[in-house]
Amino acid sequence: MRFSVILRTAARLLVPLILLFSVFLLLRGHNETGGGFIGGLVAGISFALYAIAYGTAASRESLRARPQRLMAVGLGIAVLSGLLPLFGGGTLLEGIWVKWGGLKVGTPVLFDVGVYLLVIGLTLVIVYELEEHNPGLFPQSVAPE
Amino acid sequence: METLLALVTGAMVAISVYLLLQRDLVRKIIGVVILSNGIHLLIFAVGRMTRAASPLIPSGEKYPPEVVANPLSQALILTAIVIGFGLLAFSLVLIYRLHESYQSADADVLIEATLGDE
Amino acid sequence: MSAHLLLILPLIIPFVAAVAALLFARWPTVQKGINIASMGGILAASLGLLSRITEQGIQVTTIGDWPVPFGIVFVVDHLSVVMLIVSAIIGVAVAVYAVPDVDDARVRFGFYPFFNLLMIGINGAFLTGDLFNLYVWFEVMLISSFVLIVLGNTDEQLAGAVKYVVINLVSSLLFLSGVGLVYGMTGTLNMAELSLALSEVGQPGLVTVVAMLFLISFGIKAALFPLFFWLPASYHTPPASVSAFFAGLLTKVGVYALFRVFTLLFTQDVGYTHTLLLWGAGLTMVTGVLGAAVQNDFRRVLSFHIVSQIGYMIMGLALYTPLAILGGVFYIVHHIIVKANLFLVSGVAKRLRGSFRLKSLQGLYAYHPWLATLFIIPAFSLAGFPPLSGFWAKLILTIAGIETGAYWIVAVAVAVGLFTMFSMTKIWVKAFLPGGGGEMADAVSSMGLGTRVMYVPIAGLAALTIMISVFAGPVYDLAERSADELYNSSEYVEAVLNHEESAADAGPRPGVDGRPGRVHAR
Repeated sequence: MRFSVILRTAARLLVPLILLFSVFLLLRGHNETGGGFIGGLVAGISFALYAIAYGTAASRESLRARPQRLMAVGLGIAVLSGLLPLFGGGTLLEGIWVKWGGLKVGTPVLFDVGVYLLVIGLTLVIVYELEEHNPGLFPQSVAPE
Repeated sequence: METLLALVTGAMVAISVYLLLQRDLVRKIIGVVILSNGIHLLIFAVGRMTRAASPLIPSGEKYPPEVVANPLSQALILTAIVIGFGLLAFSLVLIYRLHESYQSADADVLIEATLGDE
Repeated sequence: MSAHLLLILPLIIPFVAAVAALLFARWPTVQKGINIASMGGILAASLGLLSRITEQGIQVTTIGDWPVPFGIVFVVDHLSVVMLIVSAIIGVAVAVYAVPDVDDARVRFGFYPFFNLLMIGINGAFLTGDLFNLYVWFEVMLISSFVLIVLGNTDEQLAGAVKYVVINLVSSLLFLSGVGLVYGMTGTLNMAELSLALSEVGQPGLVTVVAMLFLISFGIKAALFPLFFWLPASYHTPPASVSAFFAGLLTKVGVYALFRVFTLLFTQDVGYTHTLLLWGAGLTMVTGVLGAAVQNDFRRVLSFHIVSQIGYMIMGLALYTPLAILGGVFYIVHHIIVKANLFLVSGVAKRLRGSFRLKSLQGLYAYHPWLATLFIIPAFSLAGFPPLSGFWAKLILTIAGIETGAYWIVAVAVAVGLFTMFSMTKIWVKAFLPGGGGEMADAVSSMGLGTRVMYVPIAGLAALTIMISVFAGPVYDLAERSADELYNSSEYVEAVLNHEESAADAGPRPGVDGRPGRVHAR
């Protein structure tokens, strides 16, 4: 018994749910507790769970982008959100807000999205690297005979 | 309450100094972790303990209406925890790699190994 | 260009470069180009800042539009700008040098993103006017230096790194506890405000204790006696580019922090703290130079000399007169350029001969006379030969020492200068002159294009050393302005507290509700 049917089936259900929850956390951070860091960690966990159930190769495939690339993009978005106010004569990292109907959207949200992507990338770099450096760390990633 | 926290901080620092003086690198790192947690506690204590409201300012106001808990020390600790987490992760991987290379996590073995090339 | 943008450019440029280098992770050549452009950009921005502050005085900006005592401020005075410029010069030199020196495997593992991250940490430490923010920049610097020192994963690097890592972790935690205690005593972390608040704290003894925490913490980072052992144990392990960058800059960030903290914050009990610093300086000089005398590895000799030279800089701070501080600042500028250059030379020697051991290098002069010439300039400058830059730096410190009547430290400084000369001569005789007997040097090693590229930054830094030596005037003036601002910290304090975005009515501060310990006048 090298792989668990229960884990695999549960992962199929849980991974999308956890991902959805992570986006909820990210957006909730706008006004209440939550935010990009915790959201990113949760999203990272969902991919890690997928990696434990189906192996890192499958998880990497489902991620589409290399985690390093994700980190770069996230960092870039965060820097950009910090720089945006400068063009309007503000200071670094100053919040700019736009009213969109009843919704207030601003650079802090953009910053959080950057952090979100950065943290996902970072978590997955660590998780994938750990497993690929020590094959067999996640027993499920060995294909069933 | 502050006295209690001060005592706990002192105890944690004492434990960490004991661990830092061990030759085993893993214990040294645990010592660093305990030291950092002790210092977080210290920052928490110097921010003054109050039984006050959360540091939230109602919309439209400029200052909080009543005495609130000090948010700055919480922010400082949070920052320090995140930084400490990164450094801890790095140190653990470093020691793991060292153990792979030298088959030991004893500081003396490493010193011998590095003196060998002189 | 707005003052605000100019002040944050030294951080923004390497940040953007780090992102770009991450995006181009698989194209080493592109990353090399990005890195050189980034370092050049920082240099240009720093020079722009210099011209700005010579015209308009100390520049201050806030981050995120938070008013002054609450938010983080960036402050640039003459000392900051001098440090920014010198570190950017080393950045450019190492960026060029790294092109052939750092192999593709290391580049793929993120050498360039972390190099830029290290630069962010260093520049941030020079720019910030907030004590906790200084801690954060130190950590940014630390974590990227950790990665750079182990990058490549050789056993030797790992063993060297573990000493560097553990002691620096402890040092950071001491710094953090110092920051916490200062906050507890005064209720502020803004350095300008602290400068006023600390002298009004009711318990001067406690302030001195906290000052000692800072002294130990920065002393570890600056490799001050007796906290220097990690430095010679780790600096000789990574590739030459990395060790040159570390040798030139990292310890000097610690020295910068000592200069900042012991002129702006802790001047209440100069008789005690600065006397201790003076003893530390003297012992650092002596132990460093004696340690170097027994070493037989090019980079280990140089590593011990970093320690001994740190002593001179701290001597300037410890004597605490305008002239002495001037000498200290001049010494920092001279030392960063010269020491980084010597490490770069050692890297070329290793490339030509495959070893850092002095014995296996012998006879370099016969085959590579240009390298020998380029070694002589920084080496003699380090030893303090007139009229090279090191001579002027030591002369200023000596005069300052005699003026204050601290004859013993002057005697130590002069004696250590002689020993430095002995060490440099030792490298010259053993590595560059043909050895008497023993194995004779192998055949002439071929000079690839890569090695020729490495000569460019070395020659550039050597030319700069000569410039500072012959035209010492401008550097002297800058150091004098820095020393004036450091000695009379009121200028710094006023610039920050009277900043246009300062909150005139600070309002009640949460939590610290009027209990004793946070009382201070503005």
